[in-house]
Amino acid sequence: MRWSKPRPLAPPSGRLSRGRLVPAALAFTASILLASTLLLNSSPEEKRITIYSNAANYSLPVLERNGDEYIGLLEVFEPLGSVNAKTNGPHWKFRYYDIDSDFTAGKTRARIRGSDYDLPASFLLENGRGLVPLSCLGTLMPRILGGPVTFNQNSRRLFVGNVAVHFTAQVSKTTPPKLVMNFTAPVNPMIATEPGKLRMAFNHEAVVAPGSQALTFDSKVIPDATFRENNGAAELVVAATVPLIASFANNGRTIIIEPVPQTVVPAPTASVPRPPASVSIAPPAPSVPSNIRRYFAVVDPSHGGDERGASLTGQLAEKDVTLAFARVLRQELNNRGIPTLLLRDGDSTLSLDQRASLTNSARPAIYICVHAASQGNGVRVYTALVPTQAENNGPFLSWDAAQTAFQLLSRAAGNGLVAELHNKQIVARSLIAPLRPLNNITTAALALEIAPPSTDVDQLNSPTYQQSIAAGVAAGVADVRSQLEAAR
Amino acid sequence: MIPRHLIIAVAILLAITLGMSLYVWRMRGRVDRIEVSATDTQPVAPPVAGASEQVTLYVAYDDAGVLRPKPVRIPLPVGRQERAAEILRALLPIYEDQFSPHPLARGSEIRDVYLVDPGLAVIDLNAAFADNHRSGVLVEELTIVSLVQSLSANIPGITRVKILVEGRDRDTLAGHADLSNFYDVPAVTQVVAQLQNAQ
Repeated sequence: MRWSKPRPLAPPSGRLSRGRLVPAALAFTASILLASTLLLNSSPEEKRITIYSNAANYSLPVLERNGDEYIGLLEVFEPLGSVNAKTNGPHWKFRYYDIDSDFTAGKTRARIRGSDYDLPASFLLENGRGLVPLSCLGTLMPRILGGPVTFNQNSRRLFVGNVAVHFTAQVSKTTPPKLVMNFTAPVNPMIATEPGKLRMAFNHEAVVAPGSQALTFDSKVIPDATFRENNGAAELVVAATVPLIASFANNGRTIIIEPVPQTVVPAPTASVPRPPASVSIAPPAPSVPSNIRRYFAVVDPSHGGDERGASLTGQLAEKDVTLAFARVLRQELNNRGIPTLLLRDGDSTLSLDQRASLTNSARPAIYICVHAASQGNGVRVYTALVPTQAENNGPFLSWDAAQTAFQLLSRAAGNGLVAELHNKQIVARSLIAPLRPLNNITTAALALEIAPPSTDVDQLNSPTYQQSIAAGVAAGVADVRSQLEAAR
Repeated sequence: MIPRHLIIAVAILLAITLGMSLYVWRMRGRVDRIEVSATDTQPVAPPVAGASEQVTLYVAYDDAGVLRPKPVRIPLPVGRQERAAEILRALLPIYEDQFSPHPLARGSEIRDVYLVDPGLAVIDLNAAFADNHRSGVLVEELTIVSLVQSLSANIPGITRVKILVEGRDRDTLAGHADLSNFYDVPAVTQVVAQLQNAQ
């Protein structure tokens, strides 16, 4: 079971009464025991090497033998082409296509392509598995492959041929500023945010540093970024004075990082209902005054990239309709003073987990996922059917049931949208659906399924039709703004 | 000079080779035809022997986007697990009919139903069911809710349902409705109540 971030601590109370003292003491003892168990069971991170090539990018475990780092030679070459190995006593004969190599257990001298080759440490033979010192890969692999290999031994990243992915990073002079990163190949990093930082982990992409590992920008909001390589992976950490959100464009070749939209709203008065204790509240960014609450919407055009969604007609794919509608909806929400972010603003592939992670880390007031269908007519507004076996445990939220605490809020928002669409004479219906990532979202979450107004499915792509629905949806979101703000 | 008996032997061998080639060529075409026919329409379960009983199927209607109960009489075996499979299979002729209110692709089958745990039912669909299913949130939800509700309404004691495809976990039915989690019967009943009201 996956777990999302822990809930914020309960609001501070006054003095503990005697009735609450015993449970508090028990909880304290349990937390000490849990922490001790975790510390005792924690093991150091497994050492790995990542190999990037045109054939495949793969990661292998590094073994410790006699104080040196070793790697299985067969495993290194297996994804690259035809290999086989034979053991004959202490001799280990290795063949890559028609290139023969001969290694001897306990010896440093080997023969490759008929010539002698000296290993920096002894060759090891374990149950028919040939192990070579890791440090020799930079010279051993070119001999066998017959082509160039670049090996960064400190970070344990090995590049076979010209496979490195380069990137440029530039902060625009717009307000707010945007960090636009263009890569030479599509990338799909794991993205995480924390106060003052946005981290992108490139676990499977051959991304390399652009000259210097420290990047500085002429921006007070996004002043710098740092590129690091360690244990077979690369990481780019973008520093900022405000919370950031990332979005993908250009088929995954461009990542745009920008500040989470902020609007100034009046400080809550006594008459405004307070949020329930279980509702997450975004930690205030260092530079954001306390009377500013971030109120914005995230709109998620479903599908995209390789995933076309439903084929609505012979030419019309769901992913194109959802993107077109999402752009119209963003404009309508912006017109009503609700800043809006699109999770994708191009034809890029995003997994459901990525969509949920990006949304949860941005902490919007509402998440709206857009779908389109050829069946039926009008608009269907869905809230999550949360799996009940995935229960939240204490301060930890189950990934599959993260929406639980927000279901009432989501349904209230959904009903508001349906009422507003009815006011605009648009057929609309409120339903519950088993539709991810709604159940993974930690804020009010809705999905819209837009169906054509009549039997003519091509009308789904009509700007007029999309505009009328988007106006109704945006008006509905504006109507429930006070409820959404009260819950933040 | 080549001996006469050698010439005769070579001629016989050539004739046999030619004959075998023609035979294999003809058989290959026949196997193709049999395979296409089997994957499209052949049932995967034997006919059922048992007394006819009345059950309530929950049938999806795409036009109104609703689910409606439909009493039918079908022969049901004695075993609880076999009954569960037959109840779901009774939905397929309705959905595969030419005038179906919620068409499923030909070849869609319920491979099996397993009652593996007190309260847990596992429905195993064949690949054609999921691979050829129409894509859309509502259309996929109607199929799943129709299966879960028809099963739980007629087999007492089922509280959770898991749906597999060809015995394996699958993320979604056809790109939308989630198959990675278990379906809780009380929650599905709540969805059914919503889906019984036309828009």
